[in-house]
Amino acid sequence: MTGTDATPDAACAAGRAGPIRLHDIAAGYGRAAVWQHVSGSFAPGSLTAIAGANGAGKSTLVRALLGEVPLRAGHIDYGGQRPRDFGYLPQARDIDRGFPMCVADLVLSGAWRVTGAFGAVDVALRERAARCLKHVRLSGMEERAIGDLSAGQFQRLLFARLLMQDARVIILDEPFTALDAPTTRDLLHLVDHWRDEGRTVIAVLHDLRQITQHFPSVVLLARGGAHWGPTRDILTPALLEQAYGANAMFACPMGPDDGTRPDGAAADAWA
Amino acid sequence: MNPYDLFIAPFADFGFMRRALVASAALGLGAGPVGVLLQLRRMSLVGDAMSHAILPGAAIGFLLAGGLSMMAMGLGGIVAGLGVALLSGLVSRHTRLSEDASFASFYLTSLALGVLIVSSHGSNIDLLHVLFGTILAIDTPTLCLMGGVTTLTLCVLAVVWRPLVMECVDPGYMRLVGGHGAACHMLFLFLVVINLVSGFEALGTLMAVGMMMLPAATARLWTRRLWTMMGMASAVATLSGLGGLLVSFHYRMASGPTIILTCSLFYILSLLLGPAGVARRLLASRP
Repeated sequence: MTGTDATPDAACAAGRAGPIRLHDIAAGYGRAAVWQHVSGSFAPGSLTAIAGANGAGKSTLVRALLGEVPLRAGHIDYGGQRPRDFGYLPQARDIDRGFPMCVADLVLSGAWRVTGAFGAVDVALRERAARCLKHVRLSGMEERAIGDLSAGQFQRLLFARLLMQDARVIILDEPFTALDAPTTRDLLHLVDHWRDEGRTVIAVLHDLRQITQHFPSVVLLARGGAHWGPTRDILTPALLEQAYGANAMFACPMGPDDGTRPDGAAADAWA
Repeated sequence: MNPYDLFIAPFADFGFMRRALVASAALGLGAGPVGVLLQLRRMSLVGDAMSHAILPGAAIGFLLAGGLSMMAMGLGGIVAGLGVALLSGLVSRHTRLSEDASFASFYLTSLALGVLIVSSHGSNIDLLHVLFGTILAIDTPTLCLMGGVTTLTLCVLAVVWRPLVMECVDPGYMRLVGGHGAACHMLFLFLVVINLVSGFEALGTLMAVGMMMLPAATARLWTRRLWTMMGMASAVATLSGLGGLLVSFHYRMASGPTIILTCSLFYILSLLLGPAGVARRLLASRP
């Protein structure tokens, strides 16, 4: 059973959205529960990663947050917001890139809350779409088919759509998979920029080094449950072994390259 | 034979040829865009299954009207087609069967039931009419119905264009923003059904889908822009109607299959010569 605040519109309008709180939630498919007894809070302006082995239920947690998976137990308090107002970056494979759609149209779909299904796209929206494309270095590609973009360009395009959505809560499902280092670096800078703007960012990530460098909080899904807290307290060898089993040594973060952790502590204390 | 006798006289001299030409143009204008969207949604075979699924409804309409009545058979076809679409959707949501597997099961049942009803209560000629159509025998009310279906199709597509396209590209995003993707899907299936019903009087239940799929596949070999693709599919379907009618008139061939074979000819030529065709690829791969 899910629970939401009674007056989300009023809360959003007043710009005082509270944290998203998960109260002892459980979800699953068929008879099997993927995870249960998950509790925690995404504070406004926080940057949280969701990590875990394949099949641990990372995407299920994202879908539960978006209201797409019915909860078997517990409830989610959205702090006066609605899941439909969240910005969401799906996994690239969930989008049909063979469809003959141009870059500009996909970015403009981010303005759905403004245009709805039938509203007109005016000059101001087109200009905003152009600015979003410029922000992710895709200027001049407005008329190009989405199927003609490289994997990196396509991911930049999806980030441009997120910019267009202008959401206070942004959920990213494996945003950096199969991207080269420069593209990943650019998009991570964008994520940092969103944090600086006070937006809440929740990202499913596989790369634990990225988590240690950019995400102060983490939800580590392991053995049907979740470990939730500051990254330095959660990504420990013991918990990583719980999450990844015998593969823990491959998942174990090497520590930040620049000698700092998300909370600014020295790297030597990390080891 | 001069050009007038070849291209103009068949239509100037015979009313049934003029009606057949208008019917094929109406069919092409509506079925072209619907076929393109069907293919882009990877539902080509669902369209084929649906064309068979309308048969029992048409057969019951045939029985109730006491003969070949386009209105009764058309309404029956719409009810049967939508029934199969709904049942397939329900089965795929509540069992492990995918939507195309459900469609395959229901359309085979529908086809067998339809043929049984028509053959046990009508003549073999009636059965042939239902299966293969009679484009040269289309009357004015039927023509109005076909024109109405095309008008409705184009208007509905114009109105639901944005959610329909987004539902194809990114259904997850549509669910998130509350874009009524499921409703769009059902509305689109409704358009498929009414266009198939419109086509089955002219081309029969077995070939009505040809006017939808072949021009769409042809257009996809020439362009990657959606609007151009749809316009091209409509143009190919209409030209196939014109060419097929002329060939069938001059060579005394069955008009329905000739129209579909003309569509096939466009498709094969495009397969060879189109920008996404075989010849271009072979030339491009040569060192």
